[in-house]
Amino acid sequence: MRFVVTLASITVLEALRERLLWLAALVIVAGVALAQFLHQVAITESREIQTAVLAALLRMSAAFIVAIVVVSGMAREWNDKITELLLSFPVRRSLYVLGKFLGYAAVCGLLAVVFAVPLALYARSSGVLAWTASLVCELLIVAAVSVFCMLTLTRTLSALAAIAGFYLLARSMSTIQVIAQATPEPASLADRLVARAADAIAWILPALDRMTDTAWLIQAPPGIGVLAAFAAQSALYVALVGAAALFDLYRKDL
Amino acid sequence: MRERPVSAVPRMVLATLAAALAGQIAIRASHPARAPHAEELASPPAAAVLRLASFGEPIALAKLLMLNLQAADYRAGDPLPYRDLDYGRVEAWLDRILELDPAGQYPLLAASRIYAEVPDPAKSRRMLEFVRRQFLADPDRRWPWLAHATIVAKHRLHDLPLALSLAETLERNVDPRSAPAWARHMRAFVLEDMNELEAARAVIGGYIDSGRLQDAQERRLLERHLQEIEARLAGGRPTR
Repeated sequence: MRFVVTLASITVLEALRERLLWLAALVIVAGVALAQFLHQVAITESREIQTAVLAALLRMSAAFIVAIVVVSGMAREWNDKITELLLSFPVRRSLYVLGKFLGYAAVCGLLAVVFAVPLALYARSSGVLAWTASLVCELLIVAAVSVFCMLTLTRTLSALAAIAGFYLLARSMSTIQVIAQATPEPASLADRLVARAADAIAWILPALDRMTDTAWLIQAPPGIGVLAAFAAQSALYVALVGAAALFDLYRKDL
Repeated sequence: MRERPVSAVPRMVLATLAAALAGQIAIRASHPARAPHAEELASPPAAAVLRLASFGEPIALAKLLMLNLQAADYRAGDPLPYRDLDYGRVEAWLDRILELDPAGQYPLLAASRIYAEVPDPAKSRRMLEFVRRQFLADPDRRWPWLAHATIVAKHRLHDLPLALSLAETLERNVDPRSAPAWARHMRAFVLEDMNELEAARAVIGGYIDSGRLQDAQERRLLERHLQEIEARLAGGRPTR
């Protein structure tokens, strides 16, 4: 367990040394400046416009930053043979993955809290709390998928492309499903096959389109049951992707 | 990189992978995606905002918006989809989509063949007027949808004055080289259905005498039809 804690601490330190907080501050400044600009030009609902645009920008940026931090950090370790050095220790490979993931999970929590601070200026605290909790769940999934992509693909470009594809698909899958089902009756065999294929893809993706909803900041926050469901979904998906990453890592002949 | 056999993977990892996959599928399958309800269809943003959101790809955005609009209030297996939609909003969305992609035919197909065929005469008429308005912006490309609108007015709404008005709009505005004879001559057939045999005879006679009929087959067909009308007028047969 000591190995896991040490590896997680090193991972967090490394992310901080990569000026993670500076990057987060830059995003916040840009977002607040944009929100202020919108406040000046909007005729009505200026607070809602500011909140919605800022929340959407912060959410997307947080996912992007987490993916970059994980991919760049693991790529450097892989290229410098640090991964092989760590795996040469008398510890199970699963502890290596666990240590890395816990480190990145701490980064996700830190980033979500930092990004929630400017939103507190515009929205009610209950909504901001729910949004932050949901963002943590979402970022944990992104971090787990990033770890999986790096361990499996081992190339920065292909890993980033895969993560971007996964994230965009997971955010838009419900809409794709609805469009696939809305074919004029009677549906042909091809229509039914397309709809079933869309359903099958949706089954193995997390429901990111329902998480971290901007409406919580503008209207009413979700109930505790909804947040618990998102936490369960996040835990389940992290377990799924983590097991897939371990499956691949155990099969590598390092 | 060489790979070790699957047996090198601990059973715990395999079991976790299988259990998590089953759980994930169960969770997602228990929350199927549903089409937005009619009341969830919001008003569209301004065309300028949509152009901004398209990042320089207005045609792609228009296609996606059309598919998204089609999914609103759609329920698989429901014989009467779209009946609860706010047609003001539907029309506004169709308008915006055509602004983004003026060459696109999908919005007018949807207006004349999907949204105009709901069992609500007021909504249906609204869509037919939308088709007429959009036809006037580009008659030579959009005439098929006004022709279909005429058929909907005649056979579905049984509103012959509206059908005649739509057919007149089509005839007056379309280039004869763009639309086939059957579409350009719809006015005469609607007049005949309205028992306006004198008017129908005058219109068909006008087509024949105009000298614009290039096709001999088309000319023969109209002449035969004119003879039938004249025979009905001369015989004083009861009108249909």
